[in-house]
Formats: sequence, C-alpha cells, structure tokens
Amino acid sequence: MIQGILVEGLVYGILALGVFISFRILDFADLSVEGSFPAGAAAAAAIVAAAARAEGGAAWFGAAAPFLAVAAGFAAGGLAGFATSLVHHKLKVPPLLAGIVTMTGFYSINLRVLGGRPNLPLIKHNPLLDGARSWLGASAPPDLALLAAALLAALAVAGILDLFFHTEKGIAMGALGDNEASVIQVGVNPASLRTLGIVLANGLAGLSGALAAAYQGFADVNFGAGVVAAGLASVMLGELAIKSHYIGVQIFRVLFGSILFRGLMYAARSWGYLAGITPNDLRLLTALLIVGAVAVSKYAMKRPKSARRTEAARSAPASGARRGGRP
Amino acid sequence: MIRVDSATVAFSQGGGEDRIVLKELSLEVPRGQTVSIIGSNGAGKSTLLNAIAGTVPLVSGSIVVDGRDCTRDPEWARAVYLGRVRQNPLAGTAGDMTILDNLALASRKGRRRLRLAVTPSIARDLAGRVAELGMGLENRLRENVSKLSGGQRQALTLLMAVLSRPSVLLLDEHTAALDPANADLVSALTKRFIAEYGLTALIVTHDMKRALEQAGRVVMMHEGRIVADVAGAEKERMGVPDLVDLFRQARGTDYAEDRDLLS
Repeated sequence: MIQGILVEGLVYGILALGVFISFRILDFADLSVEGSFPAGAAAAAAIVAAAARAEGGAAWFGAAAPFLAVAAGFAAGGLAGFATSLVHHKLKVPPLLAGIVTMTGFYSINLRVLGGRPNLPLIKHNPLLDGARSWLGASAPPDLALLAAALLAALAVAGILDLFFHTEKGIAMGALGDNEASVIQVGVNPASLRTLGIVLANGLAGLSGALAAAYQGFADVNFGAGVVAAGLASVMLGELAIKSHYIGVQIFRVLFGSILFRGLMYAARSWGYLAGITPNDLRLLTALLIVGAVAVSKYAMKRPKSARRTEAARSAPASGARRGGRP
Repeated sequence: MIRVDSATVAFSQGGGEDRIVLKELSLEVPRGQTVSIIGSNGAGKSTLLNAIAGTVPLVSGSIVVDGRDCTRDPEWARAVYLGRVRQNPLAGTAGDMTILDNLALASRKGRRRLRLAVTPSIARDLAGRVAELGMGLENRLRENVSKLSGGQRQALTLLMAVLSRPSVLLLDEHTAALDPANADLVSALTKRFIAEYGLTALIVTHDMKRALEQAGRVVMMHEGRIVADVAGAEKERMGVPDLVDLFRQARGTDYAEDRDLLS
C-alpha cells in the first residue's frame, strides 16, 4: 500500500512538476497537459510495441527500447507544448483556449499513435519495468525495484530542474512569470523563453505519461482526463505543507505534495466507504481539495502576512511608494 | 549617441481620426550628454521614451542608437543596449525573486545561457555594486524584492538599468512616485551613476528645478513637438522662473498648471 502510494506519487509527481512550471513559474494556465500526458504514454507504448515486433531482428532496438520510450514520451509531450505555444504566441489566442485546442487535437493524434486503438497493453513486454528490475539485480524484490526506479526518475528530474532554475535561462524564466517587463528589460525575447518553458512543462508531463504507462501496464487515450486538476492539487498540497521561497524547496515539495495527494486518494478509495464515498466521488474530492487549498492559503495563511505589512507601513510611513500622485 | 529623426507616433482612437502624439519630432543627443525633457501632461514626453524603447511603434521616422537603426526592432532587442526606469517602482523588477537574482538577471543583457547565474564570485561582485546604493541591501541579498520599500526598489531598478552600461539610459519620471526624501536620494544616485559610467541619458520629469540641476541640456515639449531646447551657458544662466517664462512663450498660453510646475 505505502509502496504503491509512493510509486504513484513519484510517477505523477513528474507531471505535477510540469503543472508547477506552467501554472506557478510561467503563470500560464496550460490545459494541454491533458493531451501531452497521454501523448507521452502513447509514444512510449508505441516504441515498446515496435521493439517487441522487431525482437530478434534488431537486438539494439530491444536494448535501447526503455531509453527510447522515455525519450519519446518527453518529446511527444514537448511537441504538444510547442503546439500550444505556437497557437498562443502567433495567433494571440489566450493560454486556456490554446491549451484546449492542443488537448482536443492530441486526442486524435494519440489514437493514431496507439494504432487506431484507445488502449495498448504492455503486459507481455514491459521493457521499462524489466530494465528497472535488471539494474537493481534480479534478487531485489520487484516491488522495491519499482519504487527505487520511480524514486530515481523523480529525484533526477527534480534535481535537474533545481539546477536549471539556477542558470541564467532558469532565472529569466522565473522572472518572466513574475513580471514580463523585467525580462524584456534585460534583452530577452519573452515569447521564445515562454515557449521553452511550455515545452519543458509538457515534456515532463509526457515523460510522466510514459512512466505511468509502464507502471499501469498499458497506455490509454483517456489517461489525460483530470490530470491538470490532480497536478494542481498536488502542487497546492505541497505549498500548504511546506512554506518556502527557495526554488529548490518549491520543486521538491511538489513531489511531496503529489505523494500526499495520492495518499489522500488512496485513503478515499480504501476507507471512503465509511463516509459513503465511492470511487466515483474521487474527482469531486480532487476539486474540493483544490478549492480547500486555495481557501486555506487565502484566509488562514495570508492574514499574518498582511498584518505585518500594515505594521511596517505604520512604523515607516515615509518609505512606502506613493503611486499616481504627482507633486 | 542617439538620433531620433522626424518620428511620428499616432494612437488609434477607434473609428475616428488617430490622435497624433509625436509630430515629426527630431532630437539628437551626443554620447555622454544628459537631457532633461519637460512639458505639460500629454505633451508626448513619455511617448517619446516609449518610442525609443520600442514600446510604441513609429508611424514614420527613424531611431538610431550608436549608429544602429533600431526603428523596426522589438522592445526586447533594443533593451540589450538601452537602460530604462519607469515611474512605477514595481515595473522594473521581479518582486517574488531575490535581490541577488534580480541583479544577476540585469548584469548581463541579451540571450540567456545554460550556466549558473549566481556563482560565489558573481554574488560578491553584485554585493559590492548594490552596496554603492548605501541602503544596506548588500546584507539582504537573499530577500525577495517585494519586501523592499518603494524608494529601495526604485534605487535597485536604477542600478539594474545601469549595471550593463547601456548606450542610452531612459528615465521616465522615475522619482515621481516616491516621497520627497526618497526622490532626492534616487536623483542623487542617478546623477552619480550617469557621471561614473559616462552614460547618455534622457530624463523625463515634471520637476523644473530638478530638470535644470540634473542635466546640461533641457528640452521642452508641447503637443508632440520640441518647442525649446537650451544647453550650455544659456542653460546655466537659467533659473526655474526663466524656464517657466520660456514655457509660456513657447506655448503661447497660460494656465493654472504652471503654478504646480513651480512647486
């Protein structure tokens, strides 16, 4: 049970990191994740299926299949993000609508990638899982091997992101969502920087989709339904649990929030019947979780902060900015 | 060096005739010169700066900075060699990022690379720079900019604008939103930075006294045109009342706002 929650939390935590980048860093309400997540799953599954068909013929293909599948997942997701960015920047379509366009279009693209079927099973041949097990030695218990692989993947992604957000490009991306003018001021094209961010966010969603397909044992065209809300809920739970303005902490707390979210969902599935909650109610629960997190951060957390501010303003009336008034 | 050549800017008013805000305005500022731009509300002062920065497009005319025609370049491309501080202290900085990150962002212009933005040596260098402001910010480098007062934030924005030694520094009433004490402080810093870095600067202001003090040349605008341009010995002889007289002459009218300009 704990192991399942952790693996799910880490695998979907990579998706939540993508949501964190678009919603929190870029301030870009991106729904294309609902298309890029299944796109990653479909691309990975298609590679694995092709590798299975080519078995015997090209040994290198079989050996490289796990890497190829994960890379294809990232690339497919990134492509969806690029489509959204293109629609947004070139046609000035608002982010929400641009995301919906991508998400809608990728439903059909994902079906094609899956070979015209809504579902592609990986039960017989799952090189991602097999690969994870073989690295850790055949003697390791399979459950533990799975957890170690998920942990390794999630920590690697989080570590790379932490590093990235300390580079010149990463810092500029952080400033972009905060105040676009400050980024223009230092000679950076905001459109290309935002495109990079959206591609990165959706690439992570695709990567997460590829890993989720390996973990679930199949890729499904409906994988994407509700993932934005799940990702947002994870991000917000993390923010409620751990306060920090350090980017590194903010990144790792997304993974923590994702595990927390999966734990809550597991609890609702397992013991929810005691309160009359059925699996059908999980989406409603997710929605309430988001609303609850927003309400708590708005009313419970902000109060001491604004109190501090008025106090500061009272003690130093001359230092406050007076806007609009001209002498 | 900057040369604005018969620049015209018009804003569409929806349906009717366009409102012309700059009328074939020409202005040349040699390297190292500081110019104060004064004029009543709606004279086109801010529009001139916006046109130079690329925030608003020209209908006709051209803008050349250090021999480079940038008339058609987007705002971000021009920002590589222009420094700019606006009236709103919140405009030029990212509030939810640390002082250090903001400085690191501004210390290099143009395309960003995949390399650590703040190394210990960069941090030391930037701490030294921010210490020049004399506000103790060098001890608060890891604090978010949103925690600074308006005066501190505007001083930081000014430092960020000059850090990369721009070809032209554009200041659009950058002290107007501050209280008098902070406005004096930021003005003094402005003068110091311009002298220290040998910058070419255009300063829009409402304050005639400051306009005379801070620049070797004063340009007066009215209804999208330059109506007076004084420099050198002529400017040195002038006091605020002379400037107001000149303003009245050039405009040919007189109204209550002049009293405000004297204050």
